[in-house]
Amino acid sequence: MKMKPPITNWLRATCPILLAGLLLGADRPTVEVTIADTTGSRSVEKHTQASVVRDYLAAWHAMGQAMEQNQPELLDAFFVGVAKDKLAETVRAQQNLGIQSAYQEQSHHLQIVFYSPEGLSIQLLDDVEYDLVIGKHGKTLGTQHVRTRYVAVLTPTESKWKVRIFQGGS
Amino acid sequence: MKRWATALCGLLSLLAPYGLAQPSAWRFPPTVQAGTAFSVQTSGSGPATLYVVGTGDALQRSVQLGQSIAFSSEDLRNAGHYVALLVAGTETQSAQFDVVASTQPAGLSFIAKPSRLPVNQVNGLSGVVYVLDAFRNLLVQPQRVTFELSDPSGGTQSRVATTRNGVAWVKMNSATKAGSSQFRASSGDIRVQRAVLNVPGEPCTVKMNSHGAGQRIVLETDPLRDCNGNAVPDGTIVTFTEVYGGQQTTVDVPLKRGVARTELLARSRAVISVASGVVMGNEIRVTGGQ
Repeated sequence: MKMKPPITNWLRATCPILLAGLLLGADRPTVEVTIADTTGSRSVEKHTQASVVRDYLAAWHAMGQAMEQNQPELLDAFFVGVAKDKLAETVRAQQNLGIQSAYQEQSHHLQIVFYSPEGLSIQLLDDVEYDLVIGKHGKTLGTQHVRTRYVAVLTPTESKWKVRIFQGGS
Repeated sequence: MKRWATALCGLLSLLAPYGLAQPSAWRFPPTVQAGTAFSVQTSGSGPATLYVVGTGDALQRSVQLGQSIAFSSEDLRNAGHYVALLVAGTETQSAQFDVVASTQPAGLSFIAKPSRLPVNQVNGLSGVVYVLDAFRNLLVQPQRVTFELSDPSGGTQSRVATTRNGVAWVKMNSATKAGSSQFRASSGDIRVQRAVLNVPGEPCTVKMNSHGAGQRIVLETDPLRDCNGNAVPDGTIVTFTEVYGGQQTTVDVPLKRGVARTELLARSRAVISVASGVVMGNEIRVTGGQ
């Protein structure tokens, strides 16, 4: 009588779950976070770091949705001030031209570079990679793979951090 | 050999959607300053459509291949990374470029906190400045920012900081004299100012005096001042406590015209103490009385 090694049984049982997990997560960007030298400014607590990263990534997702669906109101939950104004202007310009742009994020390498002493602003640098698919009236005009650096400043609101400055090509 | 051909074919098919398989016959400058005019030369002939898309703007323009495409100073004002597509029939050329902030500061986003603080607080006041250009882009190149805090007594503290990724910050001491300070930040010709109120700190000492009034004892403090000689503001609570025979009576009195005043029953051998915040004052032992 042959005995199967226990590891083989475990793999057979769990492989479908692992694979499903990988497939479900396949369209999610990889995210790395480092805290750069913020000497002298306020130190970033773990809970704050987790909240800021979560809200920043959610802001990217909201921005992508707004640009793809040409709905500026989708920005409201995650952007304020200059960042919201400029992104909303871009969405409206796309709307007028009949253009859509899809930001297919692949990776974010985030560095927290500044946390203001009074805790009212936090600055991130994001080395991001994404595919930008540009379309017009539902037809794809072209796709470009983009590697760039975004600088973002987030400020706390009642329930979450919102992006106040969002600037690529920095 | 067959394997090489297959690999090359696969690589080309992977690159095709990214527009890298076609040689680009136009050349965008890799970096353009926001709000400046520039042009891009194209090759070929016939009509085409130019698309410029980024998070900062979206443009579309009909162009003639072989001619240069002129961008005016009004066209691209928002800093960011942009993708340009030039579509002529089934042919598409592509380019990427950055629009960067202009070099001159035109606005300062200045956060001064807190706006009200006790006098003589070391590093109690913080100033944070984000430097912006005329189009509200963040100037990420280093800029000198001068912070000045005027004292109600006429003195000025001054610090110079250089921006890093567009932000500069300092910590300053609050004034020693109560009153309003002006906290200024300037970079280039741009100056922004915030008012900061220096309020007196905790009382330095609390001293009460007493005199009898029949069966009662009248208690009154000397005018309360902080350790820098500033009058402690009216409304500050002073607590009088009387301990007698294991029982305790407490009276909280707000300062009026700088002093706190109250009356308690004059019980013989009672001990009355006074305090304000964390500062303990003197004690009085009642002799005689009830």
